[in-house]
Amino acid sequence: SGEVRVNVVEWGSGFLMSVQDGASAGKTLPERVKIVEVGPRDGLQNEKTVVPSEVKIHLIDMLSEAGLSVIEATSFVSPKWVPQMADQVEVMMGIHRRPGVSYPVLTPNLKGFLAAVNAGAAEVAIFGAASELFSKKNINCSVDESLQRFEVVTKAAKEAGVPVRGYVSCVLGCPYEGKVSPDKVAQVAKRLYSMGCYEISLGDTIGVGTPGGMTEMLQAVSREVPVNALAVHCHDTYGQALANILIALQMGISVVDSSVAGLGGCPYAQGASGNVATEDVVYMLHGLGIQTGVDLPKLMDAGAFICRSLNKKTSSKVAQATCKL
Amino acid sequence: MGNFPTTVKHCLSYEELIQDYPWLARWLQEEKRALTHEYPEYVKIVEVGPRDGLQNEKEMVPTGVKIQLIDMLSETGLPVIEATSFVSSKWVPQMADHTEVLQAIHRSSHVRYPVLTPNMHGFQDAVAAGATEVAVFGSASETFSRKNINCSIDESILRFEEVICTAKQRQIPVRGYVSCALGCPYEGPIESTKVAEVVKRLYELGCYEVSLGDTIGVGTPGSMAKMLHSVKKEVPSSALAVHCHDTYGQALANILTALQMGICTVDSSVAGLGGCPYAQGASGNVSTEDVLYMLHGMGIKTGVDLSKVIEAGDFICKALNRKTNSKVAQARGDYSVHCRMKKINT
Repeated sequence: SGEVRVNVVEWGSGFLMSVQDGASAGKTLPERVKIVEVGPRDGLQNEKTVVPSEVKIHLIDMLSEAGLSVIEATSFVSPKWVPQMADQVEVMMGIHRRPGVSYPVLTPNLKGFLAAVNAGAAEVAIFGAASELFSKKNINCSVDESLQRFEVVTKAAKEAGVPVRGYVSCVLGCPYEGKVSPDKVAQVAKRLYSMGCYEISLGDTIGVGTPGGMTEMLQAVSREVPVNALAVHCHDTYGQALANILIALQMGISVVDSSVAGLGGCPYAQGASGNVATEDVVYMLHGLGIQTGVDLPKLMDAGAFICRSLNKKTSSKVAQATCKL
Repeated sequence: MGNFPTTVKHCLSYEELIQDYPWLARWLQEEKRALTHEYPEYVKIVEVGPRDGLQNEKEMVPTGVKIQLIDMLSETGLPVIEATSFVSSKWVPQMADHTEVLQAIHRSSHVRYPVLTPNMHGFQDAVAAGATEVAVFGSASETFSRKNINCSIDESILRFEEVICTAKQRQIPVRGYVSCALGCPYEGPIESTKVAEVVKRLYELGCYEVSLGDTIGVGTPGSMAKMLHSVKKEVPSSALAVHCHDTYGQALANILTALQMGICTVDSSVAGLGGCPYAQGASGNVSTEDVLYMLHGMGIKTGVDLSKVIEAGDFICKALNRKTNSKVAQARGDYSVHCRMKKINT
C-alpha cells in the first residue's frame, strides 16, 4: 500500500476536485464559506498544557500562511481566570499580521477592551450565553447582566471603529440546565446583534446537538437575525459536528468556526473532544465544491506543529489519515 | 426565495412583490417548508462490528469473546448483526472460527445474523453451520477487485451469481456489498455510473439489499449525493444501504446526506471497530453509538438501546485492550456528565 500513502494529500485534493458537487442532496449550498479559526484562543485555552508565547505566535503565523481569513488570536480576560492567555499582549504584538486577515480577540468587559485596543487589536469578540445557569457559573452573573456589560464594550468599540463579533454559548444544550429553548437563543442573539455585533456565532458548547436540534435552533434565530450575520461553532464531543455544520450550510449559514487539529478539549466531559477540527471541516467543504481560500496541506502543517509542541496527537481525522507512521 | 429570478429579487422589495404577485406569499411559505428535510421515520442499523470490525483489528480475539460480543449486541435491539465470514482462514485468519461462532451464539428471534460468503464453497459451509442469511462483496473498482479478491468485477459477479442462485433456491436472502463506491485506494475517484452499474447487477441477480461502501472514507456529502443520484436511477432507495467509513471524519455528514436522499439503512460498527487497512493508524468504520446518537437526536426510530450498545462497546474494547473510537462512548465515560446529558439527548 505504499502507492496509497505516498501522496494522499495531493491525490486527495485532486480527487476532491473531480467529484465536486455544489449541491448536497439537491439543496443549494453557499459558494463560499468563511472559516473562523479559533485554535490559538479557544483551542489553546482549553488544552491542559500551557504553551510558550513563541509557540503561539508561530502557530498564528503558520495559520496566516494557510489562507485563513479570520484567526482568533488571544483573549483579554484576566490571567487570574485564564492563565493560558496571560501573554495576550506579547502575542498580539508578536504576530505577523498578514494583510486581509483579521485577528479578533476576546474582551469580556471594558477593561479588557481597552487593553486589547492598546495592544493593537483591530477586532474584538464578546461571549454571551443562552443559559442562565451557565452564565452564572461561567462569568458569575445573569445573562441580562452580562449583556449590559457587553453594551458598554460595543458602545466603546463603535466609537473606536472596532468591529465586534458576538458569541452565544449553549445554543443546543447546557451542562447544567440540559435543554435550552431555541427562542431563548434567538433572544440573546438578537440582543447582541442589536447592540452592534456584526456577526453572531452560535456555539454548541458541549457538542450535544444533532441535526434536528440545529435546524430548530437556526430557524428560531434566523427569524431575529439575518442568516448572513450568523455563524456556527460546533463541538465534536459526540461526533456530531460535521453533520451539524452541513445542516447549517443547507440553511444558508456561510461562516463556520473550527480549531486546527481540533485543539481544545471539552471542559465538561473529561477526555472527550471539543472543537471540531478545521482540517476535517475544510475537507468536507472542498469536497462539496465550496471555496474557503484555505490551503489544506499548509493547514495540516500548522496542526502538526502545534501537536508536536503540545506533545499530543491531533484530533483531526484528516490529519490522522494522511499521516505516515 | 428559491427559484424566483435573481434579477427580480434584486430590483423589487418584498412588499412590492406581494402587491404584484399575491400568490407569492403562499408560495414562499411552501418553499420554507421544503427547506426543512424529510427524513425516514425509521432507520435500520446493520451492525458489522463482529465481522467487518474484528476482521480489521490488529488483535485477534478469542472465539468466546466474539460470541459474548454478539450475544450482548443481540440484547440491544439491533435488528441485524453480521456475525462472521466464511472466507478461507488462509486469507482471513481472524474469522477462522466462523463455524464455532455461528453455532454458539444465542440467536435472538428479533435479530438476523448474516455471514459473508465469497463463493459456493463458503456458502455451503455457511449453510451447513446454520446460516440463514448471507452476503456477497463486489467492487466498483477493477483494480481493487483484482488486488482484493484476485479477479475482475465481471468474474466476481459470475462467482456471486452461483451463490445467489443457490441461495434463492434455498430461500436464503442475500445482501450485496459494493466497495469503493466513493473512491478507490488505487484508482482514485470512481465514476458514479460505474457504481450504479455494479449495484444494478447485484440487485438484478437477486440481492434484496445492496450496501454502498465508502471503503477508504474519502467521500463527502458532495460525492455521496452524486453517487446516490446515479444509483437511485437503477435501484429503489428501499433496497439501498450506506456503509460509511470515518477515516476522514466525514461519515456522519455522509450518512445524513444519504438519509436526506431517502436511504433508510445504515451500516455501522460498535465502538468504531475496524481500522482502515489503507491508511495506517487511521480510523475505519463509523461507530454505531455515534450514528444512533445522531438518529435519536433527530427523532428517527431505530429500536436500539444506545446505552446497551455502549456497554457492548466497552466490553469489546477491554477485550481488545484499546480505546473506543466512538465519541459518544468517550463523552459518556464521565458518569456525572452522562447523567446531565441524559436530559438532553437519549
